[in-house]
Amino acid sequence: MSEDTKNKTVSKGVSRRSLLKGVAAGGALAATGPFLFNIAQAAETSIKIGFPVPLTGPYGSEAKEQAACAQMAVDEFNAAGGLNGRMAKLLVRDDKLKSGEAATRTLELIEKDGADFIAGSLSASVQLAVNSVAKERGKIYVSISQSDAINEAKHFSKYTFHEAMNPHMTAGAVGRYVFPKKGKRVAFLIADYAYGHEMARGFKAAGEAFGIEVVAEVQHPLATKDFSTFLPRIQAARPDVLCLCNFGYDQMNSLKQSTNFGMKEQMQMVAPALLYNQRRAGGAEAYDGVIGGTNFYWGLEDTIASAKTFTDSYRKANNGKPPSDYGAYGYSGVGGLLKAVTAAGTTETDAVITAMENLKYDMYKGEQYYRKCDHQSVQSVYIIESKSEAKMANEYDVFDLVGVDKANEGVLRSCSDLGFG
Amino acid sequence: MDGITLNLFALQLFTGLALGSVFVLLAVGLSLIFGLLTVVNFAHGAFYMVGAYVGVFVLGLTGNFWFTLAAVPVVVGSMGVVVERYLVRPLYGRGIDYPLLLTFGLGMALVEVVRIVYGLEGVPFDTPKELRGAVDLGFGFFPLYRLFLIGITTVLVMVLWLFIEKTSYGLVIRAGARDPEIVRVLGIDISKVWLIVFAIGTGVAGLAGVLSAPMRSVIPDMGSTVLVEAFVVTVVGGMGSLVGAVVAGLLVGVVVSMTSLFWPSLTDLSMFALMAAVLLVRPQGLFGKKGLMG
Repeated sequence: MSEDTKNKTVSKGVSRRSLLKGVAAGGALAATGPFLFNIAQAAETSIKIGFPVPLTGPYGSEAKEQAACAQMAVDEFNAAGGLNGRMAKLLVRDDKLKSGEAATRTLELIEKDGADFIAGSLSASVQLAVNSVAKERGKIYVSISQSDAINEAKHFSKYTFHEAMNPHMTAGAVGRYVFPKKGKRVAFLIADYAYGHEMARGFKAAGEAFGIEVVAEVQHPLATKDFSTFLPRIQAARPDVLCLCNFGYDQMNSLKQSTNFGMKEQMQMVAPALLYNQRRAGGAEAYDGVIGGTNFYWGLEDTIASAKTFTDSYRKANNGKPPSDYGAYGYSGVGGLLKAVTAAGTTETDAVITAMENLKYDMYKGEQYYRKCDHQSVQSVYIIESKSEAKMANEYDVFDLVGVDKANEGVLRSCSDLGFG
Repeated sequence: MDGITLNLFALQLFTGLALGSVFVLLAVGLSLIFGLLTVVNFAHGAFYMVGAYVGVFVLGLTGNFWFTLAAVPVVVGSMGVVVERYLVRPLYGRGIDYPLLLTFGLGMALVEVVRIVYGLEGVPFDTPKELRGAVDLGFGFFPLYRLFLIGITTVLVMVLWLFIEKTSYGLVIRAGARDPEIVRVLGIDISKVWLIVFAIGTGVAGLAGVLSAPMRSVIPDMGSTVLVEAFVVTVVGGMGSLVGAVVAGLLVGVVVSMTSLFWPSLTDLSMFALMAAVLLVRPQGLFGKKGLMG
């Protein structure tokens, strides 16, 4: 039903645009100078959103999905008529997953391309680089990847918005689900960098209420290939729960290898950020039974209307393939921003900031809003459990939705903890 | 360090030896080609990666892990034949850096090709059903699959050793490594021998790739760290020594394992520290012959 109406708006928008184009072309033939000048002016005043993401590098496929989803949000905004006829335009740039590169691209986007807003980035450290450029130039930046640091007063500015979940709330949500059900003896395997330690801190903070006992805490270097030598110590500690505070290939390899060590029979494996694409690349066996947290899984379409609308239009554009968690951040980050632009009725930065601070939006997963003090998007964290191969209905059917930590400011680090006022 | 029981120590030591046998598996193809052809094969990691992807492809077609295990070294070895015949052979007698640069470039090209075909994010490769689970060793549980790897590495090294040291063909190979001209004068087609050695070396690299697939991610970059690990083992053991590769592989495994128990943050560093220490005392490596690089 909603899908149909949507298609109608889209096709209507397109035909209206092509009609305008035809008229413009005819007009240009008939009249001359002043008409062309008008067209040029219209192009100049389009709403430009700079979007630096790591198109090349290990998270290239995630970045491309983010860009595609962000484009979807832009297309929908334009199809609905833009901002009184002003259309939005997404300017995607490759930040190569490097802070320096990202800072340069962001500066170019603002200075050369005249971007009105910046959104994007797919790394905890790169987003801080983008953020520092954006705040220096007084442009709104919507970050769409996980970080705790960006919430802190020393990185924050009124221009900084964090659309992605942060490690503290993600790990906390997973902990609150797992500790009462699976036991209080907890072991940690931590990738030795900021994000790993942030996740472990989130688990421990959530665990305090349940009286968890940390029985082992093993740190491993980033990008470890063979985890076998880190595992005996964890086994010897006999934990009920093992929290894997790592990401990407580290998560995949440590899961594969601890599965081989038979550790799943002895303890519950938990990964705070359990990613859809990573699970699909890692295979059902390694991930079977692992519990984790996510911002979004396409299975939400069964219960949430906005998720249904989002997955339907993504599927239509991508041969039936459902969207991924990180891809969806691109949609919600840019979509939320454009909603604020509509509400403000202008692209003037301070007005849009006020509009974003007052915004309640539901792009794809239930209602969200930006907390006043740190501009962290308050949102639900969904708890998922990876399915065994036997239970998968098709190749995309990889998780069971087992719980939800509802949107709640109380689970975030308090404003005073973050260094505000 | 509290909480370290005798059982944990024993399990850690055993884990180290098992890891060592993985290192041996990774290094043996590189060591073989260097020892007998004096070609430093920088595409070793790429052949290893190709082995894993060929494994994914064959397993997808047949669904049979054992057949895959047999097919991969044949396919990758055949690639090695083509590479030796048309790329490496014209460079013999031109100094050690020519084939080194060639294989370095070849490795990069192979990685890019796989990236184009299979994409960036990797493909799944599950442990075969009959090799899943862990075995109780008395002092702790250990994965059946890793025990299987220890077995297969032992068999592989034994077969290679017997082939090179005990067969008449092995005699020709060794003679060719020492003085190719005399071998040629004796009427033996030495280029055919080199072709076979190169094929075996790359085939073993491919086998290592497919055997690692259930433990490590199958991604286009998977060979880059392996190249480093294989070089460390080969250098510590002595370039070109099969016995050296075995001893060094086990030694590196145990050192890495013990470091990760006591000083986890130094794990990555430990194998390089070991290499530096060995090279200071014995520049040619534990079992290496002097002057092979000259």
